[in-house]
Amino acid sequence: MIDKQNLKEIWTLAEQKKGKLNDVSFELLAWGRRLIPDENYILCSVLLSNEIDIEEVHKLIEYGADRVYLIMNVNLENFCVDPYVAVLTELIEKHKPDVMIASATSTGRTIMPYLSARIHGGLTADCTGLEIDNESGLLLQTRPAIGGNILATIKTPFHRPQMSTVRPKSISIPLRTSSRLGEIIHFNMDFTAVKNRTQVEKFIPFTEEGPSIESANVVVAGGKGIKNKNNFIVIEELADCLGGAVGSSRPLVDQGWTPYSTQVGLSGKTISPELYIACGISGTVQHLAGIQTAHHIIAINNDPNAQIFQVSDFGVVADLFDFLPVLLYRLREFRDNLFLAK
Amino acid sequence: MLRIIVPIKQVPETSNVKMDPETGTMIRLGLEAIINPLDLYALETALRLKQTHQAHIIVISMGPLNAEDALREALALGCDEAVLLSHRAFRGADTWATSYTLSQAIKKTGNFDLIICGERATDGETGQVGPGIAAFLNLPLVTYVRRISEITPAFACVERLVEGGFEVVRSEMPLAITVVKEIANPRLPTLRGMKAAKVIEIPIWGPEEIEANPDYVGLNGSPTRVVKIQSPKVTRSGTLMSAKSKEEMDQAADKLISYLRENNLLNWMNAK
Repeated sequence: MIDKQNLKEIWTLAEQKKGKLNDVSFELLAWGRRLIPDENYILCSVLLSNEIDIEEVHKLIEYGADRVYLIMNVNLENFCVDPYVAVLTELIEKHKPDVMIASATSTGRTIMPYLSARIHGGLTADCTGLEIDNESGLLLQTRPAIGGNILATIKTPFHRPQMSTVRPKSISIPLRTSSRLGEIIHFNMDFTAVKNRTQVEKFIPFTEEGPSIESANVVVAGGKGIKNKNNFIVIEELADCLGGAVGSSRPLVDQGWTPYSTQVGLSGKTISPELYIACGISGTVQHLAGIQTAHHIIAINNDPNAQIFQVSDFGVVADLFDFLPVLLYRLREFRDNLFLAK
Repeated sequence: MLRIIVPIKQVPETSNVKMDPETGTMIRLGLEAIINPLDLYALETALRLKQTHQAHIIVISMGPLNAEDALREALALGCDEAVLLSHRAFRGADTWATSYTLSQAIKKTGNFDLIICGERATDGETGQVGPGIAAFLNLPLVTYVRRISEITPAFACVERLVEGGFEVVRSEMPLAITVVKEIANPRLPTLRGMKAAKVIEIPIWGPEEIEANPDYVGLNGSPTRVVKIQSPKVTRSGTLMSAKSKEEMDQAADKLISYLRENNLLNWMNAK
């Protein structure tokens, strides 16, 4: 029997920028949907915004939310810890979610640990697997640790909510069903007592860089094998052709050849693109830790014994300065035929 | 004068680590303990502020007794004071209990203006302790700071690295920040620094010294529990082609493009 009063709530933290939902908001609904064992649970999405169209909010329902908690206030224009924590603390105290999932974005990685400390929830970072244990009903969270060398499964026996962050792109966006039904609850809150101690004065986009490596479907990365800074252009060309972002291994960043925002690996970014192409990267443990959850890994290296080939789905032992131009030529040929055919 | 706290962690040195090809796991034998490499950027940030603004830097670490080595190294770099949190009761702490314990110790060290944390530790890789400390101390928090443009006892202006760009953020003080590698190049300890560090006394604090709630520290105070540990197999069984001659390269390129097509990986190609 369904007890309407005691529905257990699984929450996802939606993210938006300037009134547009980010893809991670929908990915989280795919994660959340997997955790709904029966009709005693509902999937809720929490959305904080300054101003957003109700059609945009409704997308959360179309992608799987049964309920949306919408909080709109001028203090929520940019992500700042103080107002976000104030809203979420009050909302959590009122509705007592069983589980709360956020994306491991700059926002999610900041708000979740702050919130967990504040409300005494149990938080696990960067989960690659989430499931509800049939027997105990507890959330089982799996995450790689120590550079991906171990997989730990973690639970939170007594504290609520059970909180997790999951990496962007670690799951496909669910199908959108425009006829899906759900409710939007406007949560009104008094902001007069909320002191916002930080202000975002402006946002400066990186103009030259293209998509960020965390959000790109394709990442083409260069390593020590590119030998000097000017050669990096072959990596950029391949990335551009495939519609991807440019990544680099640590030595290049340490040399100052590429910016830190492109660094893949343990002391850089951990990424899960659909396609990762490693060019002239030997594959240190640190680097491999950053690409473990990539869906397809291609490696090009002149050393047949390079560690990177151990984790590759497709490897080419070749001098990258010889091979990449050939590959680029063939790819462009393929693409031109494709567009001609259309 | 700014009073700055830098919490650091001692981690296993993994930069030259080898993988066991049989099991796909890290060979941990003989690994040295070092300061978490990402904490070096937090230390460097503090040390530069000391040069430009005058600062008193207190470095704090929780860990086994030999974590004193990490603190000693931080002192050798130029930090002024160090505190080691080491006690049986602290063992098995998750990020919640660790944040709580460090925040209690920070309270004990007196007033401060700024807490600077590394982005995350290279062993646990959660990045949760910095924000957790800020929460327990009810501080404003700015994460992923890549530059401090201005800092006074009243406010700070910093650049925060986010997806696709950076934000210019102004915050009240006292403040907690986590920093990314871009912020500065870490220095190496000098001989003179190492000598000076040797004579600095490092107090060791337990739960009583920091007036910790015993229910909030160590494994006992941790909301999360590790249920099991597995060693995943990292190897993938992939195709490996050698391409030396022009002919082999053409073949390899064709094979590779077929692979990309079959797996729908060419969907994002640029039209121009």
